[in-house]
Amino acid sequence: MRLITGLLLPDEGKIEVFGLNPARDPLSVQRLLGYMPQRFGLYEDLTVQENLELYAELRSLSPAERPARFRELLAMAGLTPFTSRLVGHLSGGMKQKLGLACALLGHPKLLLLDEPTVGVDPLSRRQLWQIIHRQVQAQGLTVFVSTAYLDEAERCAQVLLLHQGRLIGQGAPADLMARMRGRSFQVKVPSEASKRALARQLADRPDIADAVVLGNTLRLVTQAPASPALPPGLVPEPTPPRLEDYFIATIRQMAAFRPYIPLDLGRKRNAVPEAVIEVQNLKRKFGDFYAVHDVSFSVNRGEVFGLLGANGAGKTTTFRMLCGLLPVSGGKAYVAGVDLRRAPAKARARIGYMAQRFSLYGELSVAENLRFFASTYGLRGPMLRDALHWAFSSFNLEPFRNLAAKDLPLGYKQRLALACSLLHQPEILFLDEPTAGVDPLARREFWHHINSLAEQGVTVLVSTHFLQEAEFCDRLLLLQAGQVLACGAPEAIRRLAASPDNPAPTLEEAFIRLLETTP
Amino acid sequence: MSRLVALIRKEFLQIARDPGSYATAFVLPLVLLLLFGYGVSLDARRVPLALVAEQLDSTVQDLLSGFYHSEYFVPISMPTMAQAQTWLLRGQVQGIVHLRLDFTRRLKNGQEAQVQLIVNGIDANTARLVEGYVSGVVETWWKRSLRKRLATPRVEVEARIWFNPEAKSRNFLVPGLIAVIMTLIGALLTSLVIAREWERGTLEALLATEVLSGEWVLAKLIAYFLLGNGGWGLAVAMAMGLFDVPLRGSIWLLWVSSALFLLVALGIGLLISSLSKNQFVAAQIALIVTYLPAFLLSGFLFDIASMPKMIQLLTYLMPARYYVTVLQTLFLAGDVWSLLWPNLFVLLALAILFLGLTFKCSPKRLA
Repeated sequence: MRLITGLLLPDEGKIEVFGLNPARDPLSVQRLLGYMPQRFGLYEDLTVQENLELYAELRSLSPAERPARFRELLAMAGLTPFTSRLVGHLSGGMKQKLGLACALLGHPKLLLLDEPTVGVDPLSRRQLWQIIHRQVQAQGLTVFVSTAYLDEAERCAQVLLLHQGRLIGQGAPADLMARMRGRSFQVKVPSEASKRALARQLADRPDIADAVVLGNTLRLVTQAPASPALPPGLVPEPTPPRLEDYFIATIRQMAAFRPYIPLDLGRKRNAVPEAVIEVQNLKRKFGDFYAVHDVSFSVNRGEVFGLLGANGAGKTTTFRMLCGLLPVSGGKAYVAGVDLRRAPAKARARIGYMAQRFSLYGELSVAENLRFFASTYGLRGPMLRDALHWAFSSFNLEPFRNLAAKDLPLGYKQRLALACSLLHQPEILFLDEPTAGVDPLARREFWHHINSLAEQGVTVLVSTHFLQEAEFCDRLLLLQAGQVLACGAPEAIRRLAASPDNPAPTLEEAFIRLLETTP
Repeated sequence: MSRLVALIRKEFLQIARDPGSYATAFVLPLVLLLLFGYGVSLDARRVPLALVAEQLDSTVQDLLSGFYHSEYFVPISMPTMAQAQTWLLRGQVQGIVHLRLDFTRRLKNGQEAQVQLIVNGIDANTARLVEGYVSGVVETWWKRSLRKRLATPRVEVEARIWFNPEAKSRNFLVPGLIAVIMTLIGALLTSLVIAREWERGTLEALLATEVLSGEWVLAKLIAYFLLGNGGWGLAVAMAMGLFDVPLRGSIWLLWVSSALFLLVALGIGLLISSLSKNQFVAAQIALIVTYLPAFLLSGFLFDIASMPKMIQLLTYLMPARYYVTVLQTLFLAGDVWSLLWPNLFVLLALAILFLGLTFKCSPKRLA
């Protein structure tokens, strides 16, 4: 993206944009394109109107043209009533649409969007894509989008798949998916079998490229177009391939085959379902703004429970309250039987927390990070030795013992962070957006770890804005603007949104429908 | 041109919406001026002093009355040395003047009579001042009583203090403070502005438009130059109006030199900002490279001539040094061209150097 705009220089090779070289003549190229960087590039301390005026000037839009162009773009973005509002006070979806409007101001011939939908609610995501499609059809605009969401990539005419700086696939999504024909299957898991153990077993088989849990079914991708041989009682049913299948299969083929390492806590699953987290009418106020308002749910032991919502929906706030990091403004919250309003420190000893972006000490080595976190949990003597030994062997961190954490490959950083949060054998694990900015393969590996933890009776609470990832959870809580939109198993939520014209909606369609029907 | 105006307008809107910006530009200078104008004084005045006279006769009384008439002292008479020492220990007096029982007798017998002076030496500067003032009082009394007895011609020093006749430290602190305030607005505030755009991702959007890199740097320069002039006006008005610091030089020269120094400070601030890309690091560097030297090494608070040789050489690298000299000259002495022009010339050269570097190093690309 940045190479095309001339913001970075290539070390080697050549780029041509409309016959121009952006490295040599960035200004002429920039005149022809509109660019929306990550986080939208808006001035948060200026109003909507002031941002538009500034960018109109910077993009040399003639003053005579401005009023009409502003009206048109504001109407398109649905921001007409908010022109005098500070951009900092807009929701993520509104910022995203204003960013797009600013990029479109100068009638660009090429529109570059860098991860335009990260952290935005699904309704705004869909609206953005509608605006983009309209611009492409009406103005003949070329749009170049980068995204980590592969379902989003399926909407494009052409895709380039990049992995670790290399191009691993190129073509129309339909063509790429056609190559996967006959390799994607869905398997219903009988209720008495453990879907997670099964998924892990299957994922380690050399003939299977991908195996993930989706609600009460497994989705399998084989290495060759043939139905996989499965244990008795399991019937693979063919299902339409997805772009993600192609991506995962290709990168698993490229990398030398490597089985996922199972995590062993040396614990057995407790069969008795019992609520380990109970939340009733939970509230959190910042000033006179409710970040979390009347949220109620409960989570059972050994369950993988997902918190889903856009940026600002209240996921992180809810998390921080449950971890005892943020005082509760109202309502009741019990974690591992401890009342959070009375003894947050006591609750903290029984939980593990992995914050966004891992919160490791980059300058400390792997061993020093582990030892430090162990000491914060009060581990000493033989307990400390055992915990460190367990962390090194279970997470395969031994080869990196003395490497600074900041120099670890991303997947290993994630492992180290997970190891640090598990050293004191917590009953409940809180994961705040654990897979943001991580490639799909590392994301898979991470979910296998989560699954094996849940197998051993650890309760896992995970927050995410990837709707696909939400399907891996047993149950979900959908949050919007601090309030509960829906709570239940992924299938149940999908069923909630079923209608005569769409009897089997995806989770994203369900979310959008719930957003539209809730006032 | 209209692009430049739009960018300047943007800077002003941002300043107006950010309480931190105008607090740094106006409130902080105000606090510094009030603090230094009223609070900090390098003069020792109304120093509490214990007087212990073991015998109170007319000669001793005559000597001690000198302390009561001096504006430098608040004398407290004490019966015993032990009590005076306790007070000194507690910090309630800064010194003790002790006259022995035989003071008058020895004097009358033509022997040497001694006045014992004990000074709290923790603050060496105050101690030296107290010592000087006490000797002054004793000497004055001695000359006076001598004149009564003999009428011989004598040599006397007639002292005149030039430029600051009342020897008020405020008259010399407040002009110097203007340099600190200009540094605050020029360097500390601007060190944040490019780094802020890096951090918030707005620079990337800005660079991808047709804007020339010189344009947006120039817009920031102009906006903060105007803001700095506001701060300058406030500081000069307060110095002259509230603290009665005389301005003996010409006001236009004061403005020209301030504008030059402001450009130097802006150049340094923007340079730090575009190189560091991080607000916290930028603020730290600006603090160490510009603000602290303006305080410590500019001659504003501490006399450069009495610093160690190495440090004296170091002060030549500090732009504030030249500006403080100009300020003190203009306020207290007048348009002394022979002193002004070399300093102004250095400021001009530094302004050209730092602004040139700023435009050269301002980011055009992201790496």
